[in-house]
Amino acid sequence: MRNSYAVFMKQLRETVKNKTILIQFLMFPVMVIIMENAIKIENMPEHFFVKLFAVMFVGMAPLTCMSAIISEEKEKNTLRTLLMSNVKPFAYLAGVGLYVWLMCMAGAVVFAVCGGYRGFDFCMFMLIMAIGILLSQLTGAVIGVCCKNQMSATSVTVPVMMIFSFLPMLSMFNPTIEKIAKITYSHQLSILINGLGNTAIEPQSILVIAANFVLFAVLFAVAFQRKGLS
Amino acid sequence: MEIAVSVNGITKSFGENMVLDNIRLQIKKGEIFGLLGPSGAGKTTLIKLLTGQLKAEQGNSSINGTDSQKLTGKDYSGYGIMMDNFGVYERLSCFENLKVFARIYRIKNDRIHEVLEAVGLGKAKKTPASELSKGMKSRLRLARVFMTNPDILFLDEPTSGLDPATADEIQKMLLAEKAKGKTIFLTTHTMTEAEKLCDTIALLHKGKIVECGNPKEICRRYNHQKQIRIHLIDGTETAIHHDENAAEIVSELLRSGKAETIHTTEPDLETVFMELTGKELSQ
Repeated sequence: MRNSYAVFMKQLRETVKNKTILIQFLMFPVMVIIMENAIKIENMPEHFFVKLFAVMFVGMAPLTCMSAIISEEKEKNTLRTLLMSNVKPFAYLAGVGLYVWLMCMAGAVVFAVCGGYRGFDFCMFMLIMAIGILLSQLTGAVIGVCCKNQMSATSVTVPVMMIFSFLPMLSMFNPTIEKIAKITYSHQLSILINGLGNTAIEPQSILVIAANFVLFAVLFAVAFQRKGLS
Repeated sequence: MEIAVSVNGITKSFGENMVLDNIRLQIKKGEIFGLLGPSGAGKTTLIKLLTGQLKAEQGNSSINGTDSQKLTGKDYSGYGIMMDNFGVYERLSCFENLKVFARIYRIKNDRIHEVLEAVGLGKAKKTPASELSKGMKSRLRLARVFMTNPDILFLDEPTSGLDPATADEIQKMLLAEKAKGKTIFLTTHTMTEAEKLCDTIALLHKGKIVECGNPKEICRRYNHQKQIRIHLIDGTETAIHHDENAAEIVSELLRSGKAETIHTTEPDLETVFMELTGKELSQ
């Protein structure tokens, strides 16, 4: 607990100084504030940018941040120093994970406020975002654990991130892409967010998200067992 | 004398390449032990094995009686480990870097200030690590090691790549730690550093210890020439064989005022290593 807290505080201290990470946390929340206020087109769905960018944010920020933080620490050998200082791998991951989750949840609050969600809808929106962020974090952690350095992590993160961030949007234009997108958690999150306050939650969405979670958890377990953190 | 570190027949290879072959060492408490060898001799591998970062194929090692492979978090807090490649958080200041580890070890801020002053980084407390010179980063790494006040320090080439002045300051810090009763295990390929710091050294070549003992004793042991060289005032040099007549000749030269300087012909560690392996330490 103490070691996770030390890692968490270290990340918090680095937030303002680490531009790569900071931009991930800020980009979409800032964009949604600007777009929601600046662009008003007739017949455009209500809070269109909130729903669009929220899914992109979930698919991008937690995934990129997790993989970037872990791979950077591996590359610069600071992670080894931590592990040699009695910080267990899971304590480290918990510290980094909690930090990324909380920072992304702060971003999620911006989306919720911009989207005008109140009461039950607000709670549901935050719950959907929380689950999505967690799933993306898990994916980012798999990449971070597998890659030796930041460069190799980035080369894997970018395509994976683009799949999860952009598939829900692209699926609006192409039925084939939609079929593929349906098996991704980000698309199901998009469906859930778009249906908030209007439609009941489809069991299919829950099933796909749960299946994605199991898949990434297994991938993480295998990656961690094979590579560890050192 | 109590034994701090014991290495019993350790063998380690990476694939076909045998890095360490049946290494046996005993390091006494309170001494500075230097492991000397050229790059790739297996020095870092031995530190990694001793500190439980690697597993040996054969043999075992122990620190204060605890098997290196069974070291717990509590044990680690009693050891200061500084590997050559251990990183620092570039974006954080010197103080913030140490604060990360202070939180882990429940160390108060006063101790961070104290240790930063001790390693000469008192004025750079708020400087981001990215703006530190290589020497200052080494000091910061040392500060992290010293911060927990460990009984045993494992230092992998602590002065490697540093300018002579910084290296000298770090050596003074290590001698100060020794004076406090700390045991220090260091690796180096600088023979002057080993001669200056170490109570005991081991010369490592191709994974084997080729010589072990007090540096001065080792040099004496390999003093085959057994000569005394005297520089005379007139600029010439004379060599006298070290036998029963030597004292008389030397005292006569001193009495007559002809002798300017007197030297023995003991080889240095570099020469001993060369004689044993046919290679230079710095290679």
